[in-house]
Amino acid sequence: MTDTLVDIGLSHDLAVLIAKLVGVFVVATCGLLWTLFGIWLERKVSGRLQDRLGPNRVGPFGLFQTLADTIKILLKEDLVPDGADRWLFNLAPVLSTFSVLLLWVVIPFSAGWIGTDLSIGVLYLLAAGSLGMVATLMAGWGSNNKYALLGAFRAVAQLISYEVPMVLAMLVPVLMTGSMSLQAIVEGQYIAYGLAIPLTVFIFLASSLAEIGRAPFDLLEAESELVAGFHIEYSGMKFGLFYVAEFLHAFTVGVLATVLFLGGWRIPFVSAQDTPALLGFGSLLIKSLLVYLVIMWVRTTLPRVRIDQILEFNWKFLVPLSLANLLVVALLWKIVPDTDQIASVNDALLPTLVLLTANILLIVVTSLILRERGRRERAHIAALYGPVDGAADAAPAGVGD
Amino acid sequence: MVPLWMYLVVAAGLFCIGLFGVLTRRNAIAILMSIELMLNAVNINLVAFWRYQTPDKIGGQVFAAFVFVVAAAEAVVGLALILAIYRRRRTVIAEDVDMLKW
Amino acid sequence: MEITVEAIVFLVFSAITLGGALQVVLTRNLFHAALYLMLSLFGVAGLFVLLTAPFLAGAQVVIYIGAITILIIFAIMLTPQVTRVLKVHHTQWPVALALAALLFVGLVWTQTPLADELGADGWSADFTVEDPADVPADSLTDLGKSLVDPERYMLPFEAASLLLMAALIGAVLLVNRPDDNPDAEAAPAAGARPDQSG
Repeated sequence: MTDTLVDIGLSHDLAVLIAKLVGVFVVATCGLLWTLFGIWLERKVSGRLQDRLGPNRVGPFGLFQTLADTIKILLKEDLVPDGADRWLFNLAPVLSTFSVLLLWVVIPFSAGWIGTDLSIGVLYLLAAGSLGMVATLMAGWGSNNKYALLGAFRAVAQLISYEVPMVLAMLVPVLMTGSMSLQAIVEGQYIAYGLAIPLTVFIFLASSLAEIGRAPFDLLEAESELVAGFHIEYSGMKFGLFYVAEFLHAFTVGVLATVLFLGGWRIPFVSAQDTPALLGFGSLLIKSLLVYLVIMWVRTTLPRVRIDQILEFNWKFLVPLSLANLLVVALLWKIVPDTDQIASVNDALLPTLVLLTANILLIVVTSLILRERGRRERAHIAALYGPVDGAADAAPAGVGD
Repeated sequence: MVPLWMYLVVAAGLFCIGLFGVLTRRNAIAILMSIELMLNAVNINLVAFWRYQTPDKIGGQVFAAFVFVVAAAEAVVGLALILAIYRRRRTVIAEDVDMLKW
Repeated sequence: MEITVEAIVFLVFSAITLGGALQVVLTRNLFHAALYLMLSLFGVAGLFVLLTAPFLAGAQVVIYIGAITILIIFAIMLTPQVTRVLKVHHTQWPVALALAALLFVGLVWTQTPLADELGADGWSADFTVEDPADVPADSLTDLGKSLVDPERYMLPFEAASLLLMAALIGAVLLVNRPDDNPDAEAAPAAGARPDQSG
């Protein structure tokens, strides 16, 4: 496109600028349009998973439900609470959506289909993510509402905590590729990294679930405790923006997991050079939707956990585990010969097998430690309250009712 | 590119604004924020000199990265101190914390 | 100096940095001051991008905006009466203003082409340099490698991590109140829960 513009007679700088602007426009619009479809998909799938029908009134299969909702939300009165910090209150939803859309800049959609192939791609993802945190704080403070403030507090505490294991998990593919550029990470996956390091995928997904504030980690908007969390005072389209941001972030996590661990736009058994751009995009989309399905599945089946459990799960389980995981991978990557010049599936076979074995060992050791801890905990409780019914079962029905 | 001295002027301005804040602000947290501004001014200088004088050696960037580390440590300890003082004396005004004077 | 795209971007980021910094120092509302601090630091990150130090720009956003400023906001919220203080500034602020202005004039005096015109000898740096050598393409890799190379910056790197660790432990010790020990209340009297053994 740049070349065409230069041919018309524009200067090179201007042509690049226009091409980038068009790209931004296309990606942002597609992202938001995708949201319309995605929210319908999510509601439908959640409904089916919970033995409900989901939206089925507006249009075929309820496809236009989101459209109807959007129109409704657009027509609602735009309220600003008394004593609110007007600027912050109005800026927060915009910034929230903006921070998610920023993530799409560095995502490689296919061979050559990428906004900007930054050399610091993974770091950029983290930087853009931290803007979302600021939006949450602004919303919580600006609303002049104690529930909103408490919700924002909780949200930020959770986001900061879970950033640690997420970063440590994201470091593993970076370490295996030797580059922070997401395009390089995709191209380096002759065998999808997820096959070699399933534990890292688990850590990434678990901490990402907390990052996007989805059940079972949706404490930032625990209705029963905080009414609706930091966006309690928002109505109309401003609430809609938060909603869009949350949905888009969840889907983006699916895309990121695909890019980092599942080979991105690569098609299994086809080399990166032979992948047609459009097919590659389709492959990325299918894989991302599969990951997103898992996220929805977790959301619709697991109950919400308590705030102390959430932080404990992070600091006492995920962080040590991800540290150990990173150390093991780094060590093995150094020991296994020729890991820095992998150029085909055959080259990648040995390291993948070694890492997979190490991962399985790590998982076994972790579960053994957990079992021991659980046993001690149960003994402790039994000593305090007397033996628990059905000794083998940690939480028999009826306890605590 | 923009000449080097323009970066230096921006850094000088940032440093002086930070200095003014440190000297005049009464709230300890605001003082800490002003110190962060001064550290950032230093960082701009470090990176600018690296870029314009020795872009082939990485030292300037490494030094700036160390300033990040020090800034993070300083913020953590500083805020912990402020919170501890707040718990004891119910104040975060720097000049009210004068137990050592008498 | 001709007006290039780069010059415009530089001016914008400088304005963001300095404007934000001024607001940090002058605003009454501390929460706003912290947000302006974010803005100012974001401007600095932009300047880093212009100086072809993308890693530092990313780290600046992650560390300063994502961590330090958030920490400051938490501290602001945990010390509630601070936003209602009537007098934000010390009474002797004119002295401080004079001092800061003097320092600024001095720095500008010595660091701009003025210094060269006045014949400031002994400066090794040439402040008017406009087109420096290109940054090597692998500078990011080089930065990473230099941090773990025993010949170069490994020792300072280890010392820095030690410093962070010490700061972490120190901060936990400082704010940890001995009286809210979680174990004390985690174990209520035996039999407080409905007895399941019957």
